[in-house]
Amino acid sequence: MSGGAKANTLAAELPGTPPVGDHGALSCGKPLQFSGEARARLSKILSRYPTKQAALLPTLWLAQEEWGWISREAVDHVATLLELSPAFVWGVVTFYTMYNRAPVGRHLIQVCTSISCHLNGAEEVFHECCRKLGVKPGEVTPDGKFTVVEVECLAQCDRAPAVMVNGDDHALVTKEKLGEFLGGLK
Amino acid sequence: MSGPAPFHPAGYDPVLMRRVSRHNPRAIAGYLEDGGYASWKAVLAGHATGVWTPAKVTEVVKASGLRGRGGAGFPTGLKWTFVPPKERRGARPVYLLCNADESEPGTFKDRVIIEKDPHQLIEGMLLSSYALDVRHAYVYIRGEMVHGARILAEAVDEARNMGLLGANVLGSGLDFEITVHRGGGAYICGEETALIESLEGKRGHPRIKPPFPAVSGAWASPTIINNVETLACVKHILDRGVDWFRSLGRNEKNTGPKLYCVSGHVERPGVYEAAMGLPFRDLLALAGGVRGGRKLKAVIPGGSSAPMLTAEEIIDVPMDFDGVAAAKSMFGSAAIIVMDETTDIPKAVANIAKFYAHESCGQCTPCREGTPWMKKILDRIVRGDGKREDLDLLLQVAGQMGNGMTICVFADAAIAPILSAVPKFRAEFEAYLADAKAPDYALAAPDGITPKLAGRVAEGMHS
Repeated sequence: MSGGAKANTLAAELPGTPPVGDHGALSCGKPLQFSGEARARLSKILSRYPTKQAALLPTLWLAQEEWGWISREAVDHVATLLELSPAFVWGVVTFYTMYNRAPVGRHLIQVCTSISCHLNGAEEVFHECCRKLGVKPGEVTPDGKFTVVEVECLAQCDRAPAVMVNGDDHALVTKEKLGEFLGGLK
Repeated sequence: MSGPAPFHPAGYDPVLMRRVSRHNPRAIAGYLEDGGYASWKAVLAGHATGVWTPAKVTEVVKASGLRGRGGAGFPTGLKWTFVPPKERRGARPVYLLCNADESEPGTFKDRVIIEKDPHQLIEGMLLSSYALDVRHAYVYIRGEMVHGARILAEAVDEARNMGLLGANVLGSGLDFEITVHRGGGAYICGEETALIESLEGKRGHPRIKPPFPAVSGAWASPTIINNVETLACVKHILDRGVDWFRSLGRNEKNTGPKLYCVSGHVERPGVYEAAMGLPFRDLLALAGGVRGGRKLKAVIPGGSSAPMLTAEEIIDVPMDFDGVAAAKSMFGSAAIIVMDETTDIPKAVANIAKFYAHESCGQCTPCREGTPWMKKILDRIVRGDGKREDLDLLLQVAGQMGNGMTICVFADAAIAPILSAVPKFRAEFEAYLADAKAPDYALAAPDGITPKLAGRVAEGMHS
């Protein structure tokens, strides 16, 4: 059997806690299957690469679009579809920062704190954001609306401090403008 | 002054950003109206008559003096000639990968090309594909550029609908495909062999070279990896010719138009375009000068991996590969991070160290262990918990990571800010240590012993 006790822990029992340990993907509690639309998109993706394995990153994006985060069941399903081992897929998931390994809020607020944003007060923005929402980095607010994380350079250094919410770029989010900014996220 | 501030020097005719202020600059209709894809059509038409051959396109790029805009500044045409000839490739295809993983802190130039005028990149990729006998090219775009990836994919579809790529393009009998591939968030994937691994569906672990990608890269096939801006330049070279390209720039080794990313403490951060070699002084003026009329303190001239320069060191430097190298730093991705007199240098360096500690891929011990140690030492210094010996310890750790101790140059990038900033601003670091107690232990590895051991390890790696 792959994975230890932690691997079968329900995500709901560990809100916001990153998984730890051997092949520690959190369970979402039920088996998962791609929707018909996702399967159609997958076959298009597969046609673009000489190997099935090369489709792994795009397929994980597809899984994240379908379910919001990469659970143990999502790993298993992706592994089956691409004929890879779940351990290998999980290894890849954990290498990259953008695959969510636990559920996140409806608005995933990603605050850049790399050098150009740092020079423009980004750390203060990040801490103030956590304080205002009453969460630690990576946690979901009780209403399920927000998660705040610190990220590395978003290539928006000319509009520092830069913030990305889900896939949308936001510029010049200073500490002073933070309240207004958060209020704008419905 | 009326109207928006200029993004290029007076008298300079922008090339890469010529179209960005047009209405809807990314639509193919406007691009075609502005003469877009003319070079592509001409090359394919010339292919039938023998006027154009792949080797001839390569020759043109070589003669232009174009150097890679991603950071290393390697001559693009020369790189292309490293692909083995057909008879030695056998059945293996050649791949072209566009490196759009722009993630070097301070860099945001490729984003402008991708989001504002993507067809110049696509045309550049098609021309380069033709030169390299590539049938399928990939754009590896960083995961964070969600909109950029969508815009590029749409632009590729637009070009396909116009018959500019796909099967038997414009009746040439040649097929060309481009696929946009999104990364998952990892700085190291900008390193070309890590990019290949990631494209293949693995963790982004750099490969040991040789073999170089040109010989054995993606799926063990010959592979050329070029930066976004580099490939866009190819289109403009084919449009306007070698002489024009060479006429831009400070000297014959630093040619062509260049996008500069200016961020940090300036009045107008942004992307600026000029001929290669614009003096730093002029670039700073273009960006409105130092914020609030303050004094310039230090500059990182080529992304966070480049050694930091003091105001005196950089002010007259021509901003190109050889100009910045002569000032003992690196032009890199032309990410110019400006720091004014209020900047806390130790805190800035600690911030950069945090980045590298987070982004080390974990393959090689000196980097995997060294980067978090450097972060830890710098963190405690700026927190006021530093020990008096910490600066020497920091330099000792940094001194054991670079120069071939690891598979890729990530470790060299991680130590560059520290090895440059600590000696140049030592007093600022020492000010944090003013209240530190005397050393409570002798350094574990006295000078001389560890480096020698390290030297043996390095020898073993390269034998």
